Amino acid sequence: MDDTALQELAAHIELKRPDDVVSTEIAFGELTVTITAQSAASFVEFLRDDSSCLFSNLVDITAVDWPERPHRFDVVWHFLSMYRNQRIRVKAAIREEDMVPSITDIHPSANWFEREIFDMFGILFSGHPDLRRLLTDYGFRGHPLRKDFPTTGYVEVRYDEVLKRVVYEPVKLTQEYRQFDFLSPWEGAKYILPGDEKGEAK
Amino acid sequence: MMDGDIRNNVYDDGSKDQLTDEQRIRNFNINFGPQHPAAHGVLRMVLELDGEVVERADPHIGLLHRGTEKLMESRTYLQNLPYFDRLDYVAPMNQEHAWCLAIERLTGVEVPRRGSLIRVLYSEIGRILNHLLNVTTQAMDVGALTPPLWGFEAREELMVFYERACGARLHSAYFRPGGVHQDLPPKLLDDIEEFCGRFPKLLDDIEGLLTENRIFKQRNVDICIISEEEIQQWGYSGVMVRGSGLAWDLRRAQPYECYDEFDFQIPIGKNGDCYDRYLCRMAEMRESTKIVLQCIEKLRMPENQGDVLARGKLTPPKRSDMKTSMESLIHHFKLYTEGFHVPAGEVYAAVEAPKGEFGVYLVADGTNKPYRAKIRAPGYLHLQSMDHVAKGHMLADVSAIIGTMDIVFGEVDR
Repeated sequence: MDDTALQELAAHIELKRPDDVVSTEIAFGELTVTITAQSAASFVEFLRDDSSCLFSNLVDITAVDWPERPHRFDVVWHFLSMYRNQRIRVKAAIREEDMVPSITDIHPSANWFEREIFDMFGILFSGHPDLRRLLTDYGFRGHPLRKDFPTTGYVEVRYDEVLKRVVYEPVKLTQEYRQFDFLSPWEGAKYILPGDEKGEAK
Repeated sequence: MMDGDIRNNVYDDGSKDQLTDEQRIRNFNINFGPQHPAAHGVLRMVLELDGEVVERADPHIGLLHRGTEKLMESRTYLQNLPYFDRLDYVAPMNQEHAWCLAIERLTGVEVPRRGSLIRVLYSEIGRILNHLLNVTTQAMDVGALTPPLWGFEAREELMVFYERACGARLHSAYFRPGGVHQDLPPKLLDDIEEFCGRFPKLLDDIEGLLTENRIFKQRNVDICIISEEEIQQWGYSGVMVRGSGLAWDLRRAQPYECYDEFDFQIPIGKNGDCYDRYLCRMAEMRESTKIVLQCIEKLRMPENQGDVLARGKLTPPKRSDMKTSMESLIHHFKLYTEGFHVPAGEVYAAVEAPKGEFGVYLVADGTNKPYRAKIRAPGYLHLQSMDHVAKGHMLADVSAIIGTMDIVFGEVDR
């Protein structure tokens, strides 16, 4: 897509909502607008109704976990304007305990996306009508897509012949879950190669 | 006495009202699924019924949740590719396409011409595969038995084309970052062309069974009408949009690959009901057949011969090179152990999958594994509007609506 159109759009948004927008960036032909989390709802409403934005289609809402940052999560909204044939990405960084305003009143389709983020990351959306878990099991504990959640999970289920029902048990692996790290030791690996620690001691 | 007044006269002990001589009537809750054949997979839907009219629909999804996005974070980019076959397992290659496009956008890799044409060819075969399944099973949900039998015969042939290109009927892993895995043999192109020659006849037959069928029309016309406003509110895409008269198709609106050089029409409906969406899908299959034929013609042109993979860091070296070149052998080893690195950045790549807009939001941190990959499936948004569209319809219409929304649980639950 044409970058000049996106630049114009970014300038327009910055001009109209100077208090909400933290920064704008155009990369790989996509416009990313970083906003403050508290203003999410009003900003999204502006994007939908402004005549030169018209981002009336919600494409996706998701979050990204960055455990080492003080603002741990990025909440990311994607919008599409069928009328102007443009896309926009809106991002807001939040702390673990922060709440994000729900946009279900503006886009009803945000409902399940916000439920999924609550399920997967434990981010709370204020004003959401029905913030239940969505994808995980009934009675599931933890938030799987957080980086500190193990890929194997904590519990496993099986059908118990004696009790005649499905039982939950702590995960028992006969072999440790294999996380292969093939990163080249010359390029990216952060660990000490086995045997190298002896060299340091000399 | 109006039906609404009955429910206002509530008597907990079941005693009769002297005036109206009516008993207390309570709405009836039923579980639709998870083992219901018309639920198109593992959908548990709690339906609140007033007689036979649906008052509330609450879909419970996640019964097929496999944690794809979590698993993807601990695997290399290439290892993640087969996961996309397992999302919408009805048209696997269209999903792979989005993943490849995302990686290619971040790494700036240019797909060779022949690879690009093969991708379009197989994306369209995937579209036919999907629509054949959807149209015919939706017909089965509303009472027809013959269409799926006819449709699945053609699907079988198409899956043989899949198999002949990549060795697998369903989980193909054929599209690779930088192109496609293998070139197609000339005989395969001949056979696909031959199939496309007689495929419209099958479509005519299916249309002959369904289009003017009285029962089929009674079950589909004016059911689940979608307006332009609802499209915006619920984020619909694909046929759900086109059935309501909006000519929105990513292949045309935001062309990717080399769709801009193909000649095809975008069929649109008029009323936005189940019946119009059925007609759209039938017409789309005909358009896809046209694209496939154009692809075959282009693939035979002498200027479109050559490599199908962009040879470089993303793709393996040729087998013959590995016999003689040390570097090729090292490259091959590194590619299949460490995998390739993708520069840090974030990108959203979307394709017009048969069900609608299928997108991947990829956050890369410069290593060999994706930091976060979010899969945006069209069926997810369609299904979540179930409560909105099913309200006021009859119970029997629910299965017609699920069918017309084109829901496959692989992509909804991920």
